Amino acid sequence: MKLDLAAVEETAKHLYIQALKILPPDIKDGFKRLDATETDPTAKSILATMIKNIDVAEDTTNLLCQDTGIPIYNILIGRGVEVDGHALKEAIRKGCERATTEHPLRSSVVHPITRVNEQTSCGIKVPVITIDFSDKDEFFEMEMIPKGSGSENGSFLKMCIPAEGVAGIKTFVVDKVMEVGGRVCPPTIVGVGVGGTSDLCTKLAKKAGARPLGSVCEDPEGAKLEKELSAAVNMLGIGPQGLGGDSTAFAVHVETAATHITMNPVAVNIMCHSARRARATFTPKGVEIGF
Amino acid sequence: MTEHTIHMPCTEEQIRELKAGDTVILEDWLYGIRDATQIHMFDKGRKAKFDLNGHAVIHTAPNVKKVPKSNFCPAGYESVCIGTTTSQRMERFTRPLMQEYGVRMVIGKGGLGEDSRAAFKEFGGVYLAIIGGTAALETTWIERITDVDLEDLNPECLWEFKINHFGPLLVAMDAHGGSLYDGVKKTAEDRRAEALASMGVSS
Repeated sequence: MKLDLAAVEETAKHLYIQALKILPPDIKDGFKRLDATETDPTAKSILATMIKNIDVAEDTTNLLCQDTGIPIYNILIGRGVEVDGHALKEAIRKGCERATTEHPLRSSVVHPITRVNEQTSCGIKVPVITIDFSDKDEFFEMEMIPKGSGSENGSFLKMCIPAEGVAGIKTFVVDKVMEVGGRVCPPTIVGVGVGGTSDLCTKLAKKAGARPLGSVCEDPEGAKLEKELSAAVNMLGIGPQGLGGDSTAFAVHVETAATHITMNPVAVNIMCHSARRARATFTPKGVEIGF
Repeated sequence: MTEHTIHMPCTEEQIRELKAGDTVILEDWLYGIRDATQIHMFDKGRKAKFDLNGHAVIHTAPNVKKVPKSNFCPAGYESVCIGTTTSQRMERFTRPLMQEYGVRMVIGKGGLGEDSRAAFKEFGGVYLAIIGGTAALETTWIERITDVDLEDLNPECLWEFKINHFGPLLVAMDAHGGSLYDGVKKTAEDRRAEALASMGVSS
């Protein structure tokens, strides 16, 4: 399968705009679940407003949140796919820029030192593009995540030591959820990375936070940990917007990687309630757009 | 809990009547302000052209569309999506906003810190919590963009909005030192040990 780069560019544009306007079904279901179990009246009214906002955004074809985020494109390339890697990255970048200027969208991206905004949502190494490979034949996938800053600022890494054990990991997650309170726009998905190197650990946390609700960590130990942590953080009473209630997090998601005998790293990356995500798959049959 | 409707600008007396837990609907005018706006106003010596005395500012950087100037869009900007950002980053600007510009209300999400609490008490101000991430809804409360200052900072300009029934907003920090965030923080601290114990961790 030869990848059509014009279609890649168009899809990169489309996914950015779609992600900003329509929440994935798993997140909508997550809201219904929280609304059904929430006991605090203020929290219940906040959840109702959030649910109403999802409808207003779709009815008015407007953005769910004003924060257009840092654009992230996660690429998965299957077997037998012919593509010029450099041209692929250029096509994604162009699509991202066109979404910003043609919709138009707020460009939320600035130079880190001069703070100059190019008004394109692009800059040095942004959009963030990650590339991985799959064993599926004639398959190409593009996942787009506009990562809002309120929740991205809730990112932390601790190089725990082995003597701190899993207790150190659990304590770190609970304490960080308490520390960020309402700043990260709860109810959230708390992404937790466990193991790896420092950079891999933060990458795992990001991957965990972006995973669909209802998905389970492939590592059984990670799956056990995310179940325990999900229950624990929702005991804290932080609630939607940090104004109290049972619904602090939709879930805690954990991703793991092997680590060094002397290391015990843990990272937290939070996804806000506007957990936006869009996905396209390219196969010989054509392009399919979803979540 | 009382519901208030306030036409902007407002007086110190109106502000001191508000108690944490009350709700407020704002009418007429609102100003959009952000990190860069305030860095330029207070660190880089630029003076805002608007009279913000008795007014409300909202922590925002909107999505806008450039259009030809008209009676409806005198600044040449049409609103696309206007929402609210996390307030905590702008904590150190609450005091100068009140002291130098006479601002009486700060609207944002996630709450502000101790210096803001003190400034609200001293000068007569409140923090109104909006529900973050509900910008599509919030945009329907904004009639139009009537003026803009510090335009080179786009999207972090100082924006003037004509508003219509903006809210309900929750008085989360009042002018008497009251804050809804205090109770939540205390609850979380009280429950921390229990949450850790549920995972077999002693604290």
